[in-house]
Amino acid sequence: MSPVTAAVLAAAVRAGTPVLFATLGEIFAERAGVLNLGVEGMMLASALAGFAVTARTSNPWIGAAAAAAAGGCLSVIHAFLSVTLRANQVASGLALTIFATGMSAFLGRGYVGVPGSGFQSAPIPLFAQIPVLGPVLFQQDPLVYLSYAAVPVAWYVLYRTRWGLEIRAVGEQPEAADAMGVDVARVRYACVIAGGVLAGLGGTFLSTAYTSMWIENMTAGRGWIALALVIFATWDPLRAVVGAYLFGGVNALQLHIQATGTSLPTYLLLMAPYVFTIVVLVIATQETARKRLGTPAALSVPYSRTG
Amino acid sequence: MIALERREAPHPWASFAIPLLSIALALAAGAVVLWLAGVNPLAAYADLLGEPFGSGFGIGETLVKATPLILTGLAVLLPARMKLWNIGAEGQLQLGAIGAAWMALFTPIGHSAVAMLAVVVAGMVAGALWALAAGALRAWLDVNETITTLLMNYIALLFVDHLIYGPWKDPASRGFPLSATFPQGARLPFIIPGTRVHLGLLLALVAVVIVTVALYRTRWGLEVRVIGDNPRAARYTGMSLVRHTLLIMGIAGALAGLAGVGEASAIAGRLQRGLSPGYGYTAIIVAWLAKLNPVAVVIVAVLLGGLYLGGDSLQISLGLPIAVVNMLQGLIFFFVLGGEVLAGYRVAIGRRRVAPISTGSGAVR
Repeated sequence: MSPVTAAVLAAAVRAGTPVLFATLGEIFAERAGVLNLGVEGMMLASALAGFAVTARTSNPWIGAAAAAAAGGCLSVIHAFLSVTLRANQVASGLALTIFATGMSAFLGRGYVGVPGSGFQSAPIPLFAQIPVLGPVLFQQDPLVYLSYAAVPVAWYVLYRTRWGLEIRAVGEQPEAADAMGVDVARVRYACVIAGGVLAGLGGTFLSTAYTSMWIENMTAGRGWIALALVIFATWDPLRAVVGAYLFGGVNALQLHIQATGTSLPTYLLLMAPYVFTIVVLVIATQETARKRLGTPAALSVPYSRTG
Repeated sequence: MIALERREAPHPWASFAIPLLSIALALAAGAVVLWLAGVNPLAAYADLLGEPFGSGFGIGETLVKATPLILTGLAVLLPARMKLWNIGAEGQLQLGAIGAAWMALFTPIGHSAVAMLAVVVAGMVAGALWALAAGALRAWLDVNETITTLLMNYIALLFVDHLIYGPWKDPASRGFPLSATFPQGARLPFIIPGTRVHLGLLLALVAVVIVTVALYRTRWGLEVRVIGDNPRAARYTGMSLVRHTLLIMGIAGALAGLAGVGEASAIAGRLQRGLSPGYGYTAIIVAWLAKLNPVAVVIVAVLLGGLYLGGDSLQISLGLPIAVVNMLQGLIFFFVLGGEVLAGYRVAIGRRRVAPISTGSGAVR
């Protein structure tokens, strides 16, 4: 494999990592029956929190912890509105994105153009020497490795633990789950918060690993792309990997084509990831319809005991 | 046990008091954020609320900002009546501006006697087609319109960038990414002397009347409302979901496109970046606060338009970004959502009752 191809593939993994975190997080929220359209906003606010705290402490891990906390805290607002108050989930999620987008641009105004520090590439000994796979997968920074770990953990929790069973039950049949003694609200809160924490890690990856800077609106729609990828992934963490890296691949390829000095106009190339996501969403929708792989039955339906 | 019980009917005063209280609480929460960020909230709010309604000029500018909000608000409201989420008004607005610019600058019609009419039509058609792309995916292939309309916003903005940095860039702009200026005949005229209030406001009000009549006084409107209430029942009665979806998305896109025509042809006079500070997103809040009532959209649009104008003066006096306005809008949205629930329910402690079956209050999907 030529070094260029390996470089593009490595770039694809990097570009896919923030959406992978966000997609995994949203899978948990939606599996529990809560649609959270606030992902874009949570990622943005966390990107700022991660960048700001990293800049103050010079420690990207403390930055990442702050970003995860920021994502988690914002998601609590959505959980409170949609689970406790049973407000409309679409509206509440949109409100969260509008609020967090504005707040991050406001609070982040002092950080624009500030040079940042962040995660460094940390090749894994031995694995990094594997031909092809080594340079692509194992010469990355620690947050990328964390995302590798998050996928099997998410899968295991969802399909092989009692928690996972409760989560899926709450997302499919909250009445039955309730009857079995599962606290529906508690499970939903936990999953929405887990979603916020993972979106937060995706956000901080953007500002402390993928780039080392803060720019207003720097997520550029990745939160929405994650929402599309959840459908592509049919709410399965393993398929989320495929979707995220496909998106990353289109992104990396588009940047690579730009870098080689093509005659294709820059702004049309920049559209590629969005167009690609819509195409993937269309295909995935047809596939899920045909194979009857379903949306969690209780998705976006508020649950109340008496109602 | 503490539970929320649905009220038989909300208090009559609640429909006014609760939204106002919600907005007040949202502003209080915003003040806390401003204060924590080292900004004097009182000074900020004096600008934010004083400027828009404090002078004749302010009121005129408020109406200027309200114009695109009325139109995009309708663009969100109409599909929402059918439980479709059009989150793409921002992109449809951009396409409206592109369509207007194309007609004004790159066709002979731009210099003709019918230029203004042609520009309006071109913008509305461009916006309609943009929305129809998402509408068609929804109608025929059942693709989630929330996500497609949203992603298309990013594509539309990049398309504007492409045009003004590339083929449509004015050679006379000294390197700035701007299109040429529209010919005078292709510009929507200002209609109130001494202000920038333009013909778009009149068109927006006409749109409100047409939408209201269409929704409440025609068979089409009845069908839309029936589908919104119960899509399954609607299908049994032979209503075509596909036809209604396409039509309503097309109309929505045309209305948002008209908003773009106003911003490009009356206000800016050209295609450029930043024609909208996020009107298409604020539109969601407009439609929601108006409880999907087209007449109420006008009132809410004026209020939120005033907030945008206040944001402008905040930018000048305190150097704060317009993002402060978006943050406050998000907070208002949160508190209104919460307030709505509390208006429809009462908190019951230690009492059990069978709650009547109900659909949510003003809930869209």
